[in-house]
Amino acid sequence: MVDEALLRGLTPTVIAVLVRRGAGFAAAEDAVQEALIEAVRVGPEDRPRDPQGWLITVAWRKFLDAARAEAARRQREDLIHAEPAPGPGAAVDDTLRLYFLCAHPSLSPASAVALTLRAVGGLTTRQIAEAYLVPEATMAQRISRAKRTVAGVRFTRPGDLATVLRVLYLVFNEGYSGEVDLAAEAIRLARQVAAMTKDEEAAGLLALMLLHHARRPARTRPDGSLVPLAEQDRARWDTRLIAEGVGVLQAALARDRLGEFQAQAAVAALHADARTAGETDWVQIVEWYDELVRLTGSPVARLNRAVALGEADGPRAGLAALAELDPALPRRTAAAAYLHERDGDLATAARLYAEAARAAGNLAERDHLTLQAARLNARLRGCT
Amino acid sequence: MAKYLLLKHYRGAPAAVNDVPMDQWTPEEVAAHIQYMDDFAKRLESTGEYVDGQALSPEGTFVRSDGPGRPPVTDGPFAETKDLIAGWMVIDVDSYERALELAGELSAAPGAGGEPIHEWLELRPFLTAPPTITGCHG
Repeated sequence: MVDEALLRGLTPTVIAVLVRRGAGFAAAEDAVQEALIEAVRVGPEDRPRDPQGWLITVAWRKFLDAARAEAARRQREDLIHAEPAPGPGAAVDDTLRLYFLCAHPSLSPASAVALTLRAVGGLTTRQIAEAYLVPEATMAQRISRAKRTVAGVRFTRPGDLATVLRVLYLVFNEGYSGEVDLAAEAIRLARQVAAMTKDEEAAGLLALMLLHHARRPARTRPDGSLVPLAEQDRARWDTRLIAEGVGVLQAALARDRLGEFQAQAAVAALHADARTAGETDWVQIVEWYDELVRLTGSPVARLNRAVALGEADGPRAGLAALAELDPALPRRTAAAAYLHERDGDLATAARLYAEAARAAGNLAERDHLTLQAARLNARLRGCT
Repeated sequence: MAKYLLLKHYRGAPAAVNDVPMDQWTPEEVAAHIQYMDDFAKRLESTGEYVDGQALSPEGTFVRSDGPGRPPVTDGPFAETKDLIAGWMVIDVDSYERALELAGELSAAPGAGGEPIHEWLELRPFLTAPPTITGCHG
């Protein structure tokens, strides 16, 4: 048995080597998956000293076996005599191209996520299926369709880094349950992309993930219910992750090429910087949301800006900013409820919390909002 | 990706366009209907969008606790129950629009005379896990 995490980390490199030797992407990816499964099975006496070399050898053999079974004799001989010539500098470029391929714009977000987790993350189909709560057969089909979709894409073409970052953001943000910690996996991949590209937004995304991941121990109660930021026990925030996130962010910001992930990470860093909720620098947070609105025009950024403004300049200012937003915007009603409570209008706040609970898109938020409504209604009845 | 429940009702939904009870169809029409449903599920699996599908017996029992140490109380089935679920399919799709498209296809399963039933299916989004990054409340 070898270190599974170590082997998974080698996946993109090994796929890239096989592709460079002439294997198609889909066949190379299959071969590496099979090699990984074999690697996990071998006993300690067969433990390879050079896991990457071992994995390349086994994967290449798997690929040739498959090619022998399927391809014509002539094609097979061409492959066997293909020149295996990996230069050390080429490996980084190849790995990066694999990220681009797995996040290719022709793929739907869900397909790009699944393919990235398998071909770059080295996860098994079963693990990905479990994480996204679908049957393994469905996930297998989703991945093989995705592979067919990108089969014609030339591996040598550079891709769009923004789509790669978007996919990693989705893995981090919408990671569900299962044996694999998808948030940690997203951080591992973001770390790799940030190191390979030296891109400011890749660094910004990594910082954003680290800063949010740092709060994870304080985000939920043992029963799984959500703890709002203001009520979190900040002693439970992971200071090591915060320090790393702030360092990564500062280095990126110093290069003066601001993007949305850096701006979001800056907000997260300001929260991390406050020892208590009361010490939060809301004025600066509003300024970062101004930047985000300018960069993206996103309604979500406007909503968050309105809430931050409510903290910086008082709830009336926040409500005035909210009034300019589309009433159908998700979480707008919840934000209005919060600002009305801060403004002392408990009856309106309770009504809006209940309304927001009915519209909530996830159970934890619905429960949280229902509790807020119940808490205020009890106060209004004079129970507490 | 978002999961949706497609609910098929025995009762409770508005009447279908081709509203003939299944036991009045010819055996070939019934077989064609079942085949359509199977093919639909298989096709969704091949597109990576299928999660689950089940049919339910119309005969149900209502159950409630009657207090500690006492057997649960049962009641029903109630012939007058207005809403009766016949079965469901769970899909995992990229968008609400895709969910609508698939529900439309499923609703067009063939019925009496080999014509599409055009029955009303109920489409309900799943509540999800909370996203990690929401901005102000995480």
